[in-house]
Amino acid sequence: MKAAPFDYVRANHVQHALELLSQWGGEAKLIAGGQSMVPMMAMRLARPVCLVDIDRISELKQFQLHSEHVNLGAGVRQSSVEHSAELCEALPLVAQALHWVGHQQTRNRGTVGGSLSYADPSAELPLASLVLGANIQLESASGGVRSVLASDFFLGPMFTALAEDECLISIDWPVWQGAGIASGFEETAIRHGDFAMASAACQLQVDAHGKITRLSFGVGGVDGTPLVFSDLAVQMHGQTLNEEAARELAHVAASRSQPGTDIHANADYRRHLAEVLLNRVLWKAYQSACKSFSNH
Amino acid sequence: MNFKKTIQLVVNGAAVQRDVEPRTTLLDFLREDLGLSGTHMGCEHGVCGACAVLLDDAPVRSCCIFAVQADDQRVTTVEGLAPKRGQMSKLQDAFCEKHGLQCGYCTPGMLIACTALLAQHPQPTEAQVRDAISGNLCRCTGYQQIVDAVMYATTQGVARESI
Repeated sequence: MKAAPFDYVRANHVQHALELLSQWGGEAKLIAGGQSMVPMMAMRLARPVCLVDIDRISELKQFQLHSEHVNLGAGVRQSSVEHSAELCEALPLVAQALHWVGHQQTRNRGTVGGSLSYADPSAELPLASLVLGANIQLESASGGVRSVLASDFFLGPMFTALAEDECLISIDWPVWQGAGIASGFEETAIRHGDFAMASAACQLQVDAHGKITRLSFGVGGVDGTPLVFSDLAVQMHGQTLNEEAARELAHVAASRSQPGTDIHANADYRRHLAEVLLNRVLWKAYQSACKSFSNH
Repeated sequence: MNFKKTIQLVVNGAAVQRDVEPRTTLLDFLREDLGLSGTHMGCEHGVCGACAVLLDDAPVRSCCIFAVQADDQRVTTVEGLAPKRGQMSKLQDAFCEKHGLQCGYCTPGMLIACTALLAQHPQPTEAQVRDAISGNLCRCTGYQQIVDAVMYATTQGVARESI
């Protein structure tokens, strides 16, 4: 199918895009990489009257590395992050997640901000943003800039806190410092690059005695949004992990999910997958963290 | 209402300028407006890879780009891979030699993906080849012959083709 007719404007800077959004009400939509928007428009699931292209706005393509966080412009291409040694080093979980995001051809166009703003329940970058506790900056012509925590941003399937007249400007990704840090991201899909049936992500830090000092973990594709388990993670502080504890933790977490059933997998299978993947990432990351510490 | 925009691109080394509707995908622009039918239409929603082209040297899905978005950029299609009309690139020749195609429908996309791979990794491993074509579907070959073709093109002491 072909997209319905629409007008197209290339915005040269953020303010221009925001003015257009404000002018057009809900009838204008933003496009950056277009890897979600173009197919949606082709299938006529989206029919904006005006498409505002923000993909050439250099302001949105910047990133800055700080000691405690990385500020990443929403328009930074997924492939740019993937191929940036410094970004991958600062944000290992994001690097691991990107391995599962679509295919090289879609990562060459898709943007980090785009993935977050579409909020597909099985998408990898939203899960990573929740596990890391990212802070998302949104801007509108009327309201200026506001910051929303990832945990407040993802509201439901394909539904976020982004208002009709807002543009996702940048994301602050926390950077973990110190020794004994490891992370992991795993996913199951019909074909590598397809939408996840279930995914799991974690990042943790241990001390010299293998005691967990920091832990964050979550699952994707098994509910309306990705899920993180802060209460379960907090309980693990000061504890070591063994295989049985990892299995138990994964089981308790996964049983909280409410997956859907579709042609690819039913709810029980998805929940089971989430548990297996979560167990795997937790145990592997823990072992890796302990090992890395002993190498210092 | 006439929403048409004037766009300028460099396609296979030649400058082109056309008026297009914004809703025309890069795929339709190449095939219909420029008559370059080598780029194929498969799923039209970004999963099969038959429509792959190089956009500023990066492999992309032309069905997932509106032509207006590609204004001022360079596009290479399968028609632009051969060094000269009537010749084939080393990669194309290897596909022939190793039966890397049967119906040929996925082949332009495969060639684009593999050409991009070889620009980064002139001597790829099999794993790298498989990863490079993982976004392209083939219903005929079972992929092994495509992998064989790329390995043949790069381990026979032949020079890397530049784009």
